[in-house]
Amino acid sequence: MIQQEWPLWEVFIRSKQGLDHKHVGSLHAADAAMAMQNARDVYTRRLEGVSIWVVESRHIHASNPDEAAEFFEPAADKVYRHPTFYDVPDSIKHM
Amino acid sequence: METLAPDLSPEAQFQARIDADIRIEPKDWMPEAYRKTLIRQISQHAHSELVGMLPEGNWITRAPSLKRKAILLAKVQDEAGHGLYLYSAAETLGTSRDQMLADLHSGKAKYSSIFNYPTLSWADMGCVGWLVDGAAILNQVPLCRTSYGPYARAMVRVCKEESFHQRQGFEIMQTLCEGAPVQKEMAQEALNRWWWPTLMMFGPKDADSPNTEQSMKWRIKRFTNDELRQKFVDMMVPQAEFLGLKVPDDKVQWNEERQAYDFGEVDWEEFWNVVKGNGLCNHERLQARVQAHEEGAWVREAALAHAAKRKERAAVAA
Repeated sequence: MIQQEWPLWEVFIRSKQGLDHKHVGSLHAADAAMAMQNARDVYTRRLEGVSIWVVESRHIHASNPDEAAEFFEPAADKVYRHPTFYDVPDSIKHM
Repeated sequence: METLAPDLSPEAQFQARIDADIRIEPKDWMPEAYRKTLIRQISQHAHSELVGMLPEGNWITRAPSLKRKAILLAKVQDEAGHGLYLYSAAETLGTSRDQMLADLHSGKAKYSSIFNYPTLSWADMGCVGWLVDGAAILNQVPLCRTSYGPYARAMVRVCKEESFHQRQGFEIMQTLCEGAPVQKEMAQEALNRWWWPTLMMFGPKDADSPNTEQSMKWRIKRFTNDELRQKFVDMMVPQAEFLGLKVPDDKVQWNEERQAYDFGEVDWEEFWNVVKGNGLCNHERLQARVQAHEEGAWVREAALAHAAKRKERAAVAA
């Protein structure tokens, strides 16, 4: 007997035309075709989607949560990237 | 990771995040005991979904109409899906699907004792949906806000689907209760058998549940067993009255002062006996699971071999 699990896949679903695909969960499948069918059966039984992406989990590279502070902090002190940083006189319209 | 109190120990920082209702995600630091408790709790829940298909599967071929059969099939398929969402959540904590299934099949891991009771009549399908899924919903809704992200997200999905389960069960009961006297009798007989085991689903009394305090602190449990049991009784007694049925407990009585129903004591000896493996169907359920797993082994192996062969052919062609 082969002591081996089917690979793990991550499932992304576009809930309706015009929206992004969004991560909904994962599942095991022997290959992409099976992952696609299982994703349909598990994650779209109530018309939750119009399009599915499946990606083998091992292909995903994730940022390290232990380094999240250093990694994301540089954006924290750049308030001038937001429109609310700027004072616009009340009399100025359409800005 | 959002650091709330950089000077504190990792444990204290972890607790501070939980207290601030910040979700814990798979790769975040967590105490080993938190990880272990969650794996046990989530996999136990997943096993319950899986084993829970068996008592209902028993009635798929004997459902009284095509409509009921289609509904029951959809419900059993949902349970398989719920098991899968939960196994996936547990896998993010570092255990494997194979390990969890091995633990279920060896008897090391537990599943909800309620599924060790037999489903003897069609009215049992009503009771399983109305009472058992009703109790499950009470347990599960608070878990949508549990501290572990993947678990909470899985529970949101489960809860959305579970309310159809409860309603279809209630509808079965209502149809029987509005039918011939013999049908109403069947409904009452099923309620008599399922009432107490359902109350047991909330677990031992708070005084006998030593892990509750830590689990509440970690927010992987948000109400105590006795709190949920009381809520359930308060919810269900009026529903039984609506159906014209009587819950099999002479002590059930509205308590004006507490604004809640008083009710009798669960038979804890029976509770522990079923937990220890001596329920009516413990043996049968586990055997059915193991048999399905073993007889499906060739399918799992063939699928892998097929995938490997196709990959190889694609490589040669390229």
